[in-house]
Amino acid sequence: MSAMQSGCGCSCGGNAGPKIIFACSGCADVGELADQAARKLTRDGAGKMACLAGISGRISGIVKSSQAAQSILAIDGCPLDCTRKTLEIAGLAKVNHLRLSDLGFEKGKTEVSASSIASVISKAMIYL
Amino acid sequence: MKIQILGPGCAKCTKLMDTAASAAKELGIACEFEKISDMNQIMAFGVMMTPALVVNGEVKSVGKVPSLEDMKKMLQ
Repeated sequence: MSAMQSGCGCSCGGNAGPKIIFACSGCADVGELADQAARKLTRDGAGKMACLAGISGRISGIVKSSQAAQSILAIDGCPLDCTRKTLEIAGLAKVNHLRLSDLGFEKGKTEVSASSIASVISKAMIYL
Repeated sequence: MKIQILGPGCAKCTKLMDTAASAAKELGIACEFEKISDMNQIMAFGVMMTPALVVNGEVKSVGKVPSLEDMKKMLQ
């Protein structure tokens, strides 16, 4: 089982729901950057990445977990905002939204590197 | 009806099980109960917080114990 799937906590003791992170994980470089930043945030313990495809596919466990989340961060690579819109269609409208093109990352011209991932993470932390 | 309770077995899990059993009894529904505490099995449902209630394979609630009335709606 991968580290991405290792996040399940107990709500006993007053623990709030998880801080869930969704990324568009799109095929363009900015999608890859969104994905890598979400994975790094999860590895660092800042939140828990969940599968956006699970929302699209109406996987009940992922939808219900998202409804119980303490907060949700949606990371989109480009202005198509697929993550935010997918969550919205599923009824998850209370979402913090980070769009990488607003940070100066241009589709087709973005290098996915430790430096660019760190830059996205520093912005994402504001919402987590 | 198959009811699965996902969680490590602490207080909320027990209360969830009791509430589900009470709701099923009041509704006159015959249920098969299963407790699942293995974390890998729990995460296979996509659940990120426990306790969770699964009815006939569908996750109905996560991270809380629904009221008896809400539970009845989930079982109907």
